[in-house]
Amino acid sequence: MTEALLQIEGLTKRFGGVTASDGVDLAVQPGELHAVIGPNGAGKTTLIGQLTGEIAPDAGRVGFAGEDITTLAVHARSQRGLARSFQITSLFSDFTALDNVALAVQAHSGHSFHFWHDARSEAALRQPARETLARVGLAGREQILVSSMSHGEHRQLEIAMVLATRPRMLLLDEPMAGLGPEESVRMIALLRALKSELTILLVEHDMDAVFALADRISVMVYGRVIASGAPAEIRANAEVRKAYLGEQDGQ
Amino acid sequence: MSAWFTPRNVVVAVLLAFLALVPVYSALTGNAFLMTLFTRIVILAMAATSLNLILGYGGMVSFGHAVYLGIGGYAIGILAHEGIGSGFVQWPIAIGASALFALGVGALSLRTRGLYFIMITLAFAQLVYYFGVGLDRYGADDGLQLYRRSQFADPINLSNRTQFYYGCFVLLVASIYLTWRIVNSRFGLVIQGARSNDRRMQAIGFPTYRYRLICFVIAGTMCGLAGVLLANHTEFVSPAMMHWTRSGDLIVMVVLGGMASTFGPLIGAVTLLVLEEVLPVLIKLVATPIVGSAATRAAEYWQIVMGPLFLLVVLFARGGINGLLVSLRRD
Repeated sequence: MTEALLQIEGLTKRFGGVTASDGVDLAVQPGELHAVIGPNGAGKTTLIGQLTGEIAPDAGRVGFAGEDITTLAVHARSQRGLARSFQITSLFSDFTALDNVALAVQAHSGHSFHFWHDARSEAALRQPARETLARVGLAGREQILVSSMSHGEHRQLEIAMVLATRPRMLLLDEPMAGLGPEESVRMIALLRALKSELTILLVEHDMDAVFALADRISVMVYGRVIASGAPAEIRANAEVRKAYLGEQDGQ
Repeated sequence: MSAWFTPRNVVVAVLLAFLALVPVYSALTGNAFLMTLFTRIVILAMAATSLNLILGYGGMVSFGHAVYLGIGGYAIGILAHEGIGSGFVQWPIAIGASALFALGVGALSLRTRGLYFIMITLAFAQLVYYFGVGLDRYGADDGLQLYRRSQFADPINLSNRTQFYYGCFVLLVASIYLTWRIVNSRFGLVIQGARSNDRRMQAIGFPTYRYRLICFVIAGTMCGLAGVLLANHTEFVSPAMMHWTRSGDLIVMVVLGGMASTFGPLIGAVTLLVLEEVLPVLIKLVATPIVGSAATRAAEYWQIVMGPLFLLVVLFARGGINGLLVSLRRD
């Protein structure tokens, strides 16, 4: 086995009496799409929060590309190539789509203590931003204000923001959330294309998407990883069926 | 060409032309009051412009911005009182002191958000205000008279009121231009991004705290320079310069004129300060035929008219007067 790109060991976080992460161990190999599934309240969002640095773990360690990043600040993790998308769309709503993505490009092209030149006329920022927008299917929507875009477009833009930081690894927090059937199909196609270039940790409720995309799946229940393996193994795992998939079948 | 010919741009052009001609008008009519009033307006418009940088573009609601007027002003007053009259010494010290103070206040207050930020900036401003009240050597509560304005080399002579006015006017236009350049630069987009969604800014890799801090220092420094001008204009400094109500006035100017707009603070400052002069006269004119001599008393309560006017702008014109002018174009 090669060395994992993302290595999570014994990650623990308690909120009062609730243990949101209970000794989570997880390894994501380079090039892999690793999905994390689990019922609501299983601690998936808390896990993402600890990986991005927004939540400080009580115990455990997060390693990324051979470096211990457990205590690194949010922006520093992004600078090392670990990019996250948000479950609830989190964009610059009073900016245009192009301004949004250009800002993400700017974050990764040196410091921003430039006070004089018009940043909106810098081809070095605008051109990669345009290409990224085209990539996620938003060509022609560059000058639209984010506040006047549809929910589906917001989800596409979320992905563009993440890609524009030229990451090594993506942490995608429910990219399918709230998408219609057609939009879901397009999003799955987009993620499949990204999968060939990037390592991805995907937190998702949409089981069709998970089983269509994932190389490996980890199942979280009550803050613990109860199973981890290939999609076929997870489907066959009795404990998982009882804890999670069974619930869905019963609905 | 037509893209430039908008109601907003026409108003701004007329306003700038008017401001540029105030000394001419004043000289022709011998109206010195107008000159004094507009020197004050130009200086406070500069302070409002600096506040707009952090409040409008950066979303940092500083409720203690007038403190920089006080620090800049007191630096001039104290140095003059101690016999150092040269502007070449006074001005850099005044500006440096404002920048340093902004760095300290910003470093602490920018760790907080929302109401806490407002309260901390207010608290620091009040601290300096009471410090000024306690400065017995420099007039304490009563303030300190400047025996002369800052001395520069020939041909610069601040005691020449026309020259001083144009100096202030040029510095105002320069600060508006500088602010415009800053907010559209890489730095400015980071500041605006942090206002819009600070969490996302960090997630895409910006250490926003240091950018916001530098922005806070730039605004404080610019306002400190306005304080330098104000002290030279009134030839007097007192704690009242940095009273919290003055900070409130600056916020009103920015909001009234239009937050996060290039000329909003200028429009707001002119509107507020001109109304302050005009409203009492208007009230007196309107009320005299109705209530007779009591109209003079009524005129003292001009703020009763000012308040609702401000309320209307806040409620119905979210972009302030600037936003109102911009929206005229779409009709």
